[in-house]
Parts: sequence; structure tokens; C-alpha cells
Amino acid sequence: MPSRLDDRLAAARAEGRAALVGYLPAGYPTVDGAIAAMRAMVAAGVDVVEVGLPYSDPTMDGPVIQQAADAALRGGLTTRDVLRTVEAVADTGAPTLVMTYWNPIEQHGVAAFAADLAAAGGAGTITPDLPPEEAAPWLEAAAAHGLDPVFVVAPSSSTERLRRVADITGGFVYAASLMGVTGARSQVGTQAEGLVARVRAVTSLPVAVGLGVGTAAQAAQVAAFADGVIVGSALVRVLLDAQRRGEGPEVALAGIGALAADLAQGVRGAQANVPVTA
Amino acid sequence: MSTRTAVPAASADAAGAAPSLLTGVQAAAGWQAFPDASGHFGKFGGRFVPEALMAALDGLTEAYAQARVDDAFIAELDDLLASYAGRPTPLTDARRLTEHVGGARILLKREDLAHTGSHKINNVLGQVLLTKRMGKSRVIAETGAGQHGVATATACALLGLDCVVYMGEEDTRRQALNVARMRMLGAEVVPVTSGSRTLKDAINEALRDWVATVEDTHYCIGSVMGPHPFPMLVRDFQRVIGVEARAQVLERTGRLPNVVVACVGGGSNAMGIFHPFIPDTEVALIGCEAGGDGVATGRHAAAIAGGAPGVLHGMRTYLLQDEWGQTQVSHSISAGLDYPGIGPEHALLHETGRATYRVVDDTAAMEALALVARTEGILVAIESAHAFAAAIEVARELGPEATLLINCSGRGDKDVDTAARWFGLLDEPADADPAGTAAAAGTAEGGGQR
Ligand SMILES: Cc1ncc(COP(=O)(O)O)c(C=O)c1O
Repeated sequence: MPSRLDDRLAAARAEGRAALVGYLPAGYPTVDGAIAAMRAMVAAGVDVVEVGLPYSDPTMDGPVIQQAADAALRGGLTTRDVLRTVEAVADTGAPTLVMTYWNPIEQHGVAAFAADLAAAGGAGTITPDLPPEEAAPWLEAAAAHGLDPVFVVAPSSSTERLRRVADITGGFVYAASLMGVTGARSQVGTQAEGLVARVRAVTSLPVAVGLGVGTAAQAAQVAAFADGVIVGSALVRVLLDAQRRGEGPEVALAGIGALAADLAQGVRGAQANVPVTA
Repeated sequence: MSTRTAVPAASADAAGAAPSLLTGVQAAAGWQAFPDASGHFGKFGGRFVPEALMAALDGLTEAYAQARVDDAFIAELDDLLASYAGRPTPLTDARRLTEHVGGARILLKREDLAHTGSHKINNVLGQVLLTKRMGKSRVIAETGAGQHGVATATACALLGLDCVVYMGEEDTRRQALNVARMRMLGAEVVPVTSGSRTLKDAINEALRDWVATVEDTHYCIGSVMGPHPFPMLVRDFQRVIGVEARAQVLERTGRLPNVVVACVGGGSNAMGIFHPFIPDTEVALIGCEAGGDGVATGRHAAAIAGGAPGVLHGMRTYLLQDEWGQTQVSHSISAGLDYPGIGPEHALLHETGRATYRVVDDTAAMEALALVARTEGILVAIESAHAFAAAIEVARELGPEATLLINCSGRGDKDVDTAARWFGLLDEPADADPAGTAAAAGTAEGGGQR
């Protein structure tokens, strides 16, 4: 049975475009502030939301996401607040995933986390430090609650590993565009297109590309060869900048809305063959 | 493993000569199943890393599997350990300390006398040779006390590799001497300002570097921790400590020690000396975790005594963490033990009861440091002082018939500044009050003052 995430990706495909996936961490600048920002991004055209679970040791994240996550944790954020965030965002109808390092799930209780996430209306998870070798308990719990477990592949993944990851993935395969941590970059990794082609050779699942995508032009460029475009740090940067300049929440929300709308144009632009400069 | 699997058994014939580093790696009866093929020590260990690193970890596992049975690799490593690092390190009878304590005969395995001043060089020489073998040109490392960073910088200078060392900003302050040493050796030292600015954050930063540079870079982890194969690899490279010590104790005393004691940060010096004794079930193994201000205060680094199983830095093990799985900041006067986790093989040794773990707080460690300095003329590292503090207690419990082996993992030159402040030796302008200095040092036995 297709999940909500499957349906949303299929709907985008039916429109002849890539889906736009937006990431923000829960709890930054506050729990309610983050919820408002996520809802603003959905209103502006983001198809799928990734709710980041801030973690003390985010080894896959660059400085921008680290900074927001640190601030959220200093503000006392807990997993319970993350689940409340999921509930408020899933309420918009957008499939909502939790992006988290593994230990917070393990400490919450694997089965309990799956149950609580499903109860909050969550669609699934992205677990970047959980390789297939260690994933069995989560796959079982996620399946029991109808959650899509999204896994990440990298340019360094062998074909055998691509197959192994795709075999256990639900929703879409997350293709990391480059070897590195999260963070907007001036160019989309040159390895991204090749990786997407290699993933397509082993699975019929949709493939979304993340890491380093931050502008409408880059979104258009990626949308030309992928089923989904994932944007994180560029959105987080809008919130950090607003905070740094002492701007009120309405300015931050307007900024998030403007960037999300731009990116939504980008994923549609690919179809119109807008010339892109990366 | 061809011909190199013979363990020196109960015979003392290997004493004196540097035994091959990899001698008997497979011979710890009943324990050779660890880690299993997927890198697990029972339920601990494993690989919790981004997919981007999996290929490199597979490559490293494969390169090591070949190197450990390659006579040329083994010969090159053995030669470096002997002619460069100064192995075998001596076994010292701590006569005045034994007399002072009035219990078991205390023997010291002198890793403080290895080149660069600690056991860290054993692991680094192995990993840096592997780096060359894999055709990589750049080495990154994390460091807490700076000893692993210094050892890595040293080996990279020796073999002509680029070296970058990540060190928490907090640690660059308390171990400033080692920062200068690394820079003199040609390494780039990067102070880490993220998170708690200590060892765990230095590891985070090294992992971030590695994901982006893995093509030409090896991450030389400094302890028996991290994702598979590191806990196994580092243990095997440190195992030389125990192989030598076991033979030396047999030769010196005619029997095995009753107890082996070592301090535990990540746990590499402890795994190194413990591992060859694991099949000797009559030998008790005691690891010493850093108690900081005391486990009850919450300000400590005792992962087993005060933590719970979880996942950090690519491995499942005991961790200091809150109920949500967020890592808690550790505290210890010893930068090298100031880490919220412990190597996964220690977690298994603890669970199986083959080793036991004690907690030594800052005050007890500093008292032991002062006592060992004045009874043996050895200024040990504050890390090692944790082992001495527990060993002194255990020696009393055992009585004079017994023999106790301490892994003296490092020398204390890097800690003189910390010790001077702890004992109040520098309260006044240093040259103004020699009498006060002597008086302050005299308090050490009764109870160190901050
Ligand atoms: C002298 C000394 N002993 C012990 C340690 C702790 O490390 P491990 O537990 O891996 O031996 C360190 C770490 O810096 C050290 O410098």
C-alpha cells in the first residue's frame, strides 16, 4: 500500500516535476517558532518536511545546522517537543519526516519512538548514521507503524551497497550530492547526477538529492535529474540571520516563505527548461 | 596469521626481545570471537556512521586484514617499535611505593618511557604504516591530553605525511605544552570551538573532516573506540604492552600477576595490557575510570559507573547521556580521560565480569601522583595516576603475598602546570616562596588542595 510520502512524490511526478523537501530543526528559535517556520515553508510550496531532531554530537552537520541545533538544545528541547512539532506540521497535510541521529531513538525506545511518531502523524524517518547492518530493529518497528524509513547513499557507495540500502528504504532514497557534511555550497556536487543514475539502476524508488542545494537555480539543476530536491542549511540560515539581526519572527517567517517559494519555482523551472547557472 | 599466532604462553622466553606486535592476537582463548565479522563485541561496538564512510571502513578493514599477515609489514612495524619507539619498555619494581603501601608487590609497565612519553605511539606507528600501505597522504587525529596528537604528529613527521590534529579549545589551554610540541613537529593543530570544546567535540570535527577527505586521508583514532575496525585495530596495535609485560612479569617473579590495573579513557592502554591476560582467568583485570568531582556530583567521566548503553561516535557502548540520548559533558582533571564513552570491548569485559571497573576521583588521582613522584622518582601522567590510586587500594586489599601490575601509561611533563596549580605550587610568584612550595607538596599525602 503506498504511503502518504509515496503519494506526495507520485503527485509531484504527475505534475512533471521534482518534489521539494525542506529541512528545519525543531526548537529553533523556539519550539513554536520552528513550527511556524515549517508551516510557512509548506504554505510556500514545500512538499515534504524534514523535522530535524537536534543532537549533541551532529557529526554529519556543518556549522549552520550545528548552530541552530545547539541553540535548540540549550533552550531545553527534548524528543517530546520534536514529536509535538511533527504533529503540528503533519497537520498541514505535508508528509513529515524526522531526521535524526540514531541514539535519541534508541534511548526513547525503538518501538516507543515508532509508535509515538506514528501517533503524531509522522510519515517516517531519515537516519543518517544508521547503516543497513544495524537497522533491523528500526525496520521492524517502522513497518509495524506504517512509517517510511529513508536511508542515505553517498557517492562512495558501491553498487552492492546501493542495492542493499535501496532494499530497506521506504519513500525515497536520499542521495548525498557530495562527500561531506550539510551546508549550502556555491555549486551542486558534480557527483550527484551520476549517483542518481546509479541508484536508478538498482531500484524503482524515487531518488531525492540533498547536501549543498540552496538556491532556486540549484534546485532547478537538480530537479532535472532527480525526483526530489532537499534543502536544509539555506533555510536554517534564514532563521539564524534573522536572529542575529534581531529581527522579529514575522521577518524570519517572511524570509522562509520567500526562499521556499523561490525553491518551489526552481523545482518547477526544470520542467520549463530554464537555463541554470550553478 | 601464518606463524605468528604463538602466544608466549606461560614460558618467559619472549622477555627482553621485542615480541612481534601482532603475536598471539588470535590466542586469547574464548575471546578470539571478538569482534565478530560485523565488528560487534557482544551487543557493543558495530558501525554507526554515515554511508559515506562505509567504503573507507571496509577498505581499512581489508587493508589491515592483509597487513597483519604480511611479514614485511610486521617486520617494518617491529623495527620501528624497537629502534624508534624504544620497545620493549622496562618493567620496574616499585620498591619504595610497595613498602609505603604495605601490601602487594607493585610492578610498573613503563609506557611513560616509550618515545613521545606514552603508549599512544604504539597505535600510531601501526596506523600510520597502514596509511602508507593504503596509498593515503594525509592523516587526521583527535586529541584530548595531546599525547595522541603528539604521537601522530611524530609518526607523520617520520614517514612524511601531512598531519592535522583536532583538539578541543578547552584542552588546548590545559595542555598548551603539547600544542606547541605538535606544531614543532609540523602538524596543524585546529582548536575546536563547537559543543563542549573537549575531546568528544574534537572527534566530531575529525569525523566531519574525514567524510569530505576520505579519498586521500586516514583518520588515526587514538583509542579503542569508534566504528569497526578501529576498536580491534587499536587494541591489536596496543597489545604489545601486555605481551611484553606478561613475559617480563613471568621472568621477574616466576608467576603471573594477581591483578593488572590500568586507567581508562577510551581504553587503549588498558585493552593493550589486558588483552594477553584475558585467557589467564586467575589474573584479575581492573580498569580505572575518571571520577572527576565524584560520580554522585554528576561531574565525572565514568561511563560504566555512571552511564548507560547507547550509541556515540560510531559505536554502541556505555555513555554518559541524558534520558533523551543527548551526550552529557564529562569532567575530569585529566584531559586524556575526559570522555563520555568507553571502548566497546571494555563494555563487554564489564558485562561478562572478566574485568571490573573502579572510579578514581580527581583528588585521589592527584594524591597518588604526588606519592609516586616522591617514592619512585617518576612523575606520571594524571591519566596514569588514576591507575596508581586504585592500585594502591587494591595492593592493600591483596596483602604482601600478591603481585600487582600497573600500566604506567604516560609521563607527566605535560601535567606539571596543572599539578602545580592543584598543589598551590605557583600561587605566589614562583621564585618568591620556596618554603611555601615545599609545604604545599607535603600536603599531597593527606589530601590535595585545589
Ligand atoms: C598517558 C595517557 N594515559 C591514558 C590515556 C587515556 O587513553 P586510553 O584510555 O585510550 O589509554 C591518555 C590519553 O590521552 C594518556 O595520554
